[in-house]
Amino acid sequence: MISLLYALASLGVFALVAGIVLAIAQKLFHIEGDPMVEKLDALLPQTQCGQCGYPGCKPYATAVASGEADVNHCVPGGERTMLQIADLMGVEPKDLEAEPAAPMLAFVREDECIGCTLCIKACPVDAIVGAPKQYHTVIADHCTGCNLCVEPCPVDCIDMLMKPELIEHWSWPLPDTKRAQLGHERREQHAGHG
Amino acid sequence: MPAMVRKLAQRLGMLQHSFVGGVHPNMHKLTADVAIEECDIAPVHVLPMKQHIGEICSPLVAVGDLVLRGQKIARSEGYLSVPVHAPTSGRVVKIEEHTIPHPSGMGLPSIFIESDGDDKSDESIAPISDWINTDPTQLRERARKCGLAGLGGAVFPTFIKLVQDKRFPIETVILNGIECEPYLTNDHRLMLEHAEEILEGMAIIMHMVGADSGIIAVEDNKQNAADSMQQALDARSDMDGVVVHVLPTRYPQGSEKQLIYTLTGREVPAGKLPMHIGVLSQNIGTTKALFDAVMLGKPLTERTVTVSGDALAKPSNLLVRLGTPVRSLFARQGLDDFSGIQIVHGGPMMGERLKNPDFPVVKSSTGLLAMSLQAMKAAHTVEQPCIRCGHCSEACPISLVPNLLADQCRSDQFEKAAQYDLFDCIECGACSYVCPSNIPLVHYFRYGKGQLALQRREDSFAEASRKRSETRDARIEREKAEKAARRSQVRKTHAPKTDEAKAETDAETKTGGEAGVADSKATESKD
Repeated sequence: MISLLYALASLGVFALVAGIVLAIAQKLFHIEGDPMVEKLDALLPQTQCGQCGYPGCKPYATAVASGEADVNHCVPGGERTMLQIADLMGVEPKDLEAEPAAPMLAFVREDECIGCTLCIKACPVDAIVGAPKQYHTVIADHCTGCNLCVEPCPVDCIDMLMKPELIEHWSWPLPDTKRAQLGHERREQHAGHG
Repeated sequence: MPAMVRKLAQRLGMLQHSFVGGVHPNMHKLTADVAIEECDIAPVHVLPMKQHIGEICSPLVAVGDLVLRGQKIARSEGYLSVPVHAPTSGRVVKIEEHTIPHPSGMGLPSIFIESDGDDKSDESIAPISDWINTDPTQLRERARKCGLAGLGGAVFPTFIKLVQDKRFPIETVILNGIECEPYLTNDHRLMLEHAEEILEGMAIIMHMVGADSGIIAVEDNKQNAADSMQQALDARSDMDGVVVHVLPTRYPQGSEKQLIYTLTGREVPAGKLPMHIGVLSQNIGTTKALFDAVMLGKPLTERTVTVSGDALAKPSNLLVRLGTPVRSLFARQGLDDFSGIQIVHGGPMMGERLKNPDFPVVKSSTGLLAMSLQAMKAAHTVEQPCIRCGHCSEACPISLVPNLLADQCRSDQFEKAAQYDLFDCIECGACSYVCPSNIPLVHYFRYGKGQLALQRREDSFAEASRKRSETRDARIEREKAEKAARRSQVRKTHAPKTDEAKAETDAETKTGGEAGVADSKATESKD
């Protein structure tokens, strides 16, 4: 009986010490914010488009990190982003809900713009310049093509245009050989079924 | 001999330095004995707004403007850029997109000049015949102003290399007369026909960078060119530090880094430039163009082009004005029907295969080849499995492992390929050339490089967008806080009572409250 008490007492003391050490460690090595959220956020394309159902990339990253959202909601990120998120979260990859559309670019038809600044307020990346009662215009290099400025415009003067393909950004396609295609298909199958 | 043993022997001085790998393709130098012919001026010239590596130029002329030969028609935007000049006198007829010799088949904004047949030159740029007493920076500005870019095919703006940097003094100037690509002979012919001018150009370069020694490198399949250069060198008394080196023919000896190693035994580190190890290498054609720019005040408006190929009746070396339609050049050499023919821009090893000849001659046009499809070995479409023979690794001049890299690129493991130094690949094509399984290795590398560049571009754009979005959120927060602060400020100042009175009332309510509490306590005690 007495040996049982010894055992319980020594374990209790050990647990107490461990608890104190852990408590101190938690205070000492405390990290502000969830590191998982940061990591997930870094994988997302940062269009802030809201197509995932969350008001931006950071909120979606938070939702994924907490297990609230699935890994396959990021539309512009496409398969690559989905696979990276699934890999980071350690879950099975899932099929994408929607095919990513070609990269778009907002364009303000300046002669129709009334200078209401509503699109400027809507732009999540501050890519529209202008002032009240002045024409607004989109900085093409900063536009993420998120579509969020189109809805608020009261005179519908914003078009979404296809992003022009630059010759500098052209890249070689996969070689047109059977083995190249086979290898590619095999990889896609592999990606689809984890 | 294995690369390691060879390197060891070279370090010990038992063997002359020589780059590793390489191949010996059939050279097919059909035009080696054909003198450079001056080509007639085309009715319409097409000048793409970018003919160099770097930033695109913007037009300085408008439709309807009259221009003279050598007049600047497009201004360079940014540092890494050189202007474009009119190749002949005439009228600007339109400015619109036109296909350029690029594997994508895409185009660039181009200026179309209809020649008036007079070919009048713009004389505003004066020759600097006394270059030896001229400040190198002034000569450098001349090289930039005249639109010089490396005419060996890479078209890197020449003036950038021609600089005296105290941190990296140039010791050796190398004149690259290797021309290791099969078929091409324009540098060969230039060395035979313009040896004096080229040497003078080399002297200008050595003056500009402050170098004393120089090497003229020629492969032994052009012995007569080496002799011609040696002869011209002997005739000069002021170039004692310059020697002519004849090297055994091997592809890709003309590649800058490989040539520098062969000649000096010094390796250009990955991601560095030859100037970092005190070497400057310049192409023959560019050196001649520098001579023209300095001594004659002529901007770059023409270049020599080897028009050749097994499907061409009359291969030749032509002195062509930039912007000349390639179709007319082939027609001049007796080729009109392009069915069953593959057009190659540049050499057969590294050049671009193009679908049709509807593009102009640009600064990078070293050669224009018309190859019959059989000769092009359509075999490359039947890719066989890799048999691990290792020939590609032996042929690689930078000691990469091509078969492994190709595997990684094929299965989209781009980051891994980058770790195996994919970006050090110079795309010389030696591996594809030796592969017995006809694996289009270089094509895989280009695919991998393109995809990786795309990913990196996307990542950096995402990073920039994230920063913008975070700054915006922070700004909105701050504005909200400022607004709230202002509102409370306004409320304070517009309150009906003065601060003193307010303080008094506060005090009153306080005391009153306390009194109330006391009262309640009193009632409690009463109870």
